[in-house]
Amino acid sequence: MSSKNSPRVELTLPIIPDMELAATKTAEVVAKHMNLTEDQSAEIGMAIIEATINAFEHSESDSENVEIHFIIQDDTLVIKVTDKGKGFDPSKVKSPNIEEKLGADRKRGWGLKLIQELMDTVEYESTPEGTTVTMTKKKKNLERR
Amino acid sequence: MSDFSLNVREEGDIVIIETTGYLNNVGGEKVSEACYEKMDSGKKHFLLNLEKSKVVNSIGVSILIEIIEKLQDVDGKLGYYNLAPIVEKTFNIMGLTKYSTVYYSEAEGLEGMA
Repeated sequence: MSSKNSPRVELTLPIIPDMELAATKTAEVVAKHMNLTEDQSAEIGMAIIEATINAFEHSESDSENVEIHFIIQDDTLVIKVTDKGKGFDPSKVKSPNIEEKLGADRKRGWGLKLIQELMDTVEYESTPEGTTVTMTKKKKNLERR
Repeated sequence: MSDFSLNVREEGDIVIIETTGYLNNVGGEKVSEACYEKMDSGKKHFLLNLEKSKVVNSIGVSILIEIIEKLQDVDGKLGYYNLAPIVEKTFNIMGLTKYSTVYYSEAEGLEGMA
């Protein structure tokens, strides 16, 4: 599946509190264009919030930006969230569970788990120069009349 | 800038907190401050009406885990109602629904927590 001629929307977000909500608004419009269900649209929005917050936190300077690309490939929405931070190794991120969080000092650390659960596929490409999270959501085959 | 507000009222022994806006770190802190203030005066049953908080993030929800933890120490309870489907799904993924309860109306919540 080539993304060369696929329609795409590109956002550049400054690292400003709550700016992740701008990405969710764009996601809503793209999801509506693709006739995704309301549930799918909400799941995409939540996954983007988490991916963008992670990107903001990885970025080493507030003067950097986070890039978000929405690519419509046939019946699949591909979303890429890219930061220019120092990178991380996703295989070293332990999946959280509430039993461990209750009683622990750090209650946070749920972003990757949420993204994984809410999207169809998730891939990470991370180097010391930055990280790109690529997530996809496939349109559901709704029953036709 | 977060535009988050809350309204706190009491129905008998149960404290109802109605939130408006994005439940992020700022919103979560406001909810926890309101809960801890009431806990200091002896309250231990809390119901959150999230009808006007249809967008949350994991940092804000993590603060609810902190509230659950503190309520466990006093044998208290946390419940929610009017959750958007994605908020309920997020609570399920994060495991909050194992230690707190989702209700579908205020009346059901008040009955369930009584």
